Amino acid sequence: MFDFRGYGWVFWEGLQVTVLVGLCAGVVAIAMGLLGAWGKLCKARPANMLANAYTTVVRGVPELVLILLVYYGVTILLQRVLTALLGAEVLIDIDPFTAGVLTLGVIYGAFATEVFRGAFQAIPKGQIEAAHSFGMSRLLTLRRIMLPQVWRFALPGLGNLWLVLIKATALMSVIQLEELMRWSDIGARNTKLPFTFYLTASFIYLGITIVSMTLQHWAETWANRGVRRA
Amino acid sequence: MDSLDLFFESLGLEPIWNNLPRFLSGALLTIEITALSVSLGLALALPLALARLSVNPLLRLPVYGYIFYFRGTPLLVQLFLIYYGSGQFRDVLEDVGLWRFLREPYFCAILALTLNTAAYTAEILRGAIQAVPFGEVEAARACGMSRPMLFRRIILPKAARLALPAYSNEVIFLFQATSLVSIITLMDLTGVARVIISRSFRTFEVWIFVGLIYLALTYLIAWVFHKVEYRMMGHLRASPGQAAAAEPAVAVRN
Repeated sequence: MFDFRGYGWVFWEGLQVTVLVGLCAGVVAIAMGLLGAWGKLCKARPANMLANAYTTVVRGVPELVLILLVYYGVTILLQRVLTALLGAEVLIDIDPFTAGVLTLGVIYGAFATEVFRGAFQAIPKGQIEAAHSFGMSRLLTLRRIMLPQVWRFALPGLGNLWLVLIKATALMSVIQLEELMRWSDIGARNTKLPFTFYLTASFIYLGITIVSMTLQHWAETWANRGVRRA
Repeated sequence: MDSLDLFFESLGLEPIWNNLPRFLSGALLTIEITALSVSLGLALALPLALARLSVNPLLRLPVYGYIFYFRGTPLLVQLFLIYYGSGQFRDVLEDVGLWRFLREPYFCAILALTLNTAAYTAEILRGAIQAVPFGEVEAARACGMSRPMLFRRIILPKAARLALPAYSNEVIFLFQATSLVSIITLMDLTGVARVIISRSFRTFEVWIFVGLIYLALTYLIAWVFHKVEYRMMGHLRASPGQAAAAEPAVAVRN
């Protein structure tokens, strides 16, 4: 059953890219999430509206459509706009890796926005008032009081997001990014053993999920080490 | 109609305008696949949730493994495993007469989506059944209800209400996930868009248009579930017209 006919190496190649895309997209998603949460919670109306539009649109459109839109659509749009502006033919070529990281980051940034918004709201108001009464500036309050706690409140939600994100990287095979799914596809075609290769790929994803869940559990225990339990 | 044709052509939107019937048939296929997989998945999920809660490990552990596998792996892999993977066993499948089904992308799509959503839904139902307050179960037992009646009258209606918010998210996720069936050649909304783009090269406009249709349908589903939830929670509302309407939310599935 698990005879790869000399193509076993494809899984290692793919796994590296999958994990790398996942981690990079995760960083982008956290940045977008913090920005989005700020947009939702700050007092400026335009920022509120922008952040709400962002989460509404991204959560209402399938990932696959967004990926294809960004990879093919936005490139062509930029090309057209730049050509019109500069008057000369401009060719833009985003490589699949960058496109994948940006698209997944933007998509999961919308979900991270909700996670961070909830986490910021979970910080007791009294602590912020106390910080202000000590004369801390808003920035200092953010750095010393809010950010250290936000991570603790956001960790369960971010862990779930990571599990969904790493599975979504499989969609990147559609834009020819050579990640785990794409490499399994190559192996399956060359050996004519599609079931063997896709099944193995699925077990690797399952392995990533199990490792992530274990790490998440450790991280949560570590983040909550100062919290008294009933 | 001529002036309309000219209007859309001047905007560069004539590939969309001329292909509206195709987009409609694509949207209908998307809705059909969603409806079929959601209903089959729900029918499968209830027995699975009960098996998952069973004290018998022979029943509980296989179901636990099934749920863990389908929740822990990408839907795309599951789809490929069924559609392309079955080709590896073509001879055997032809002998038992299953090849007829498994060579059809439509059948494979429904099968993969059903198995996938059944796993997620079973987990939602399990959580809801476990969340039924024990006092209510105890009271029903004290009234002399048999186990099936207790289940039918007390546990299921309560669990259904508790599961509804999470279940509406699951339905929305499945609806969006149906876009993957275009990868195995089905002409759903995404599939139609890809074909029209390959002919017209209006990449950006077509994807925006299709995205808007998905967006509208997603929030339609959210709105319907919100209404259902409002009806089912009638006994918890203070007085008519006073209940504050929470915004219909779409969360991430896990």
